[in-house]
Amino acid sequence: MKEIFEIRWHGRGGQGAKTAALLFGDACVSTGKYIQAFPEYGPERMGAPVASFNRISSSPIRIHSGIENPDVVVVLDFSLIEQINVCEGLDDKRGILLINTPLSPEEIKKRIGFGGKVYTVDASKIAIETIGREIPNTPMMGALIKVTGILKLDELLHDTRKKLEVKFRNKPEVIEGNLKAIERAYNEVKGD
Amino acid sequence: MGIKVAKTGNEAFAEGMRQINPDVVAAYPITPQTEIVQIFSQFVADGLVKTEFIQVESEHSAMSACIGASAAGARAMTGTSSQGLAYMWEMLYIASGLRLPIIMAVVNRALSSPINIHCDHSDTFGARDSGWIQIYSENVQETYDNLIQGVRIAEHPDVRLPCMIMTDGFILSHCLETMEMLTDQEVQEFIGKPPERENLIKSAIEGNPITIGALDLQDYYFEHKRQQAEGMKNALKVIPLIGKEFGEKFGRYYSFVENYMIEDADIGIVVIGSTAGTGKEVVDNLRKKGIKAGLLKIRVLRPLPVEEIRDSLKNLKVVGIMDRVEGMNAFCGPLYSEIATCLYDLEKKPILTDFVYGLGGRDVKIEDIETIFNDLLKILEKGKKEFTLKYIGVRE
Repeated sequence: MKEIFEIRWHGRGGQGAKTAALLFGDACVSTGKYIQAFPEYGPERMGAPVASFNRISSSPIRIHSGIENPDVVVVLDFSLIEQINVCEGLDDKRGILLINTPLSPEEIKKRIGFGGKVYTVDASKIAIETIGREIPNTPMMGALIKVTGILKLDELLHDTRKKLEVKFRNKPEVIEGNLKAIERAYNEVKGD
Repeated sequence: MGIKVAKTGNEAFAEGMRQINPDVVAAYPITPQTEIVQIFSQFVADGLVKTEFIQVESEHSAMSACIGASAAGARAMTGTSSQGLAYMWEMLYIASGLRLPIIMAVVNRALSSPINIHCDHSDTFGARDSGWIQIYSENVQETYDNLIQGVRIAEHPDVRLPCMIMTDGFILSHCLETMEMLTDQEVQEFIGKPPERENLIKSAIEGNPITIGALDLQDYYFEHKRQQAEGMKNALKVIPLIGKEFGEKFGRYYSFVENYMIEDADIGIVVIGSTAGTGKEVVDNLRKKGIKAGLLKIRVLRPLPVEEIRDSLKNLKVVGIMDRVEGMNAFCGPLYSEIATCLYDLEKKPILTDFVYGLGGRDVKIEDIETIFNDLLKILEKGKKEFTLKYIGVRE
């Protein structure tokens, strides 16, 4: 792993891009890593494009500027690729683009002309089938750790279970659904 | 010993306040401090603290309520940002003049207008002569550690002054970072019971009621101000002692400033807050290239640690001051004035130049700080400066 690994999440207001960065950062802390997780603050409207960020490192992180050249970009909402340049600042060879879409990585590459690594997973479908609602952020965490190797699957599952058990004590089905979603996305993500 | 957790700056402030468990908190929400009020009021509702939480209609009232509570002997806390701090203005001076050890968490945000919710230091720099102790934080860990030490510093019988603890709006207040949290018991043991001081309730119970805040004209006002100034001077002795005790107990030592690679440096920057971390990255990169660069982080601005600043900078040849405030004096930023004051009496002193940056939350990149060091290198080469103030990262 690089000294500091940087991630940018793209979503629409209300889809959980901020929550995804916070949850993912928190999960990394439980394995002894140092992290930052922060959203981009602008006018916040439901449905408007929003971004959030992670820094992950094995040593304390001192830098406090914005992230302009992430190692990975995670896109929670496929329709964003028509609206904004999700590849901005991403290295055209080593950069990793992970998109929530039923399309194949090849189709995406053709559509947006990106030379780096492209991975896709139908996280919305997985979320509906496992959690019962279209919340793609939890399954996307599963796909993210598969394509980056930042965490092991059982580490992420263990930490997510711990957190959800606090929040959803009386709804065990929510916990199982989320864990299943992470595991399915981990196994179903396609690409390079 | 504490445990590693992930917290935002606002969460760290709120958790610290929960562990301090003050008698009274009076606060009004304002972006980006809002979460402190939100989280802390949840602690109150959940019965996790014994605090009397006063929901006030403004920051002026928040500070007024803290002043009343503190005068009555309570350990009182509040928090604010930007316009909220500006709205407290006249009460800030009353808190310090009455020698009330109120603790305030401040999330730095630019002052209007134009209206802006993001970070710069114009709000608290404006309050630097209000008689409050001012402690700034580089990251979430320091935000938390400074708050806990702040209680001891403010309440110390030789100091007895209010203390504001700063964190950078959004950059730290809304950034989740890895930090080590102490246990509730460790915090309680460290802060201890507030030292005895004269107060309204105690004096009434003892049958010898006192007045606090009486009219004080030509006969005694000056003496009281002189005593207040002595309290601030005494803080110069107390702050490093508390920082050392904190370090011995918890492993993180604190003083007035942090010297980073400055001992043998030719050129260096002086910086406050979260930008210090980014600056250290730049210093490391320059050192790898064989350039003798260093960084001085100011943790405590009030009292002004003149001796320490002098010691850190006296052997440097060129120093760039990073001001996250525009002083509007048509010459330089306020931190430049402070540092220049510290160095003036030295016979041999570095060339100083000022860089105003990051106003209204403008991002400060590694490259921005590299630009500053490049300018310092040019000055070093020529042996003189061609400008006193330069703006970094602005369109002109």
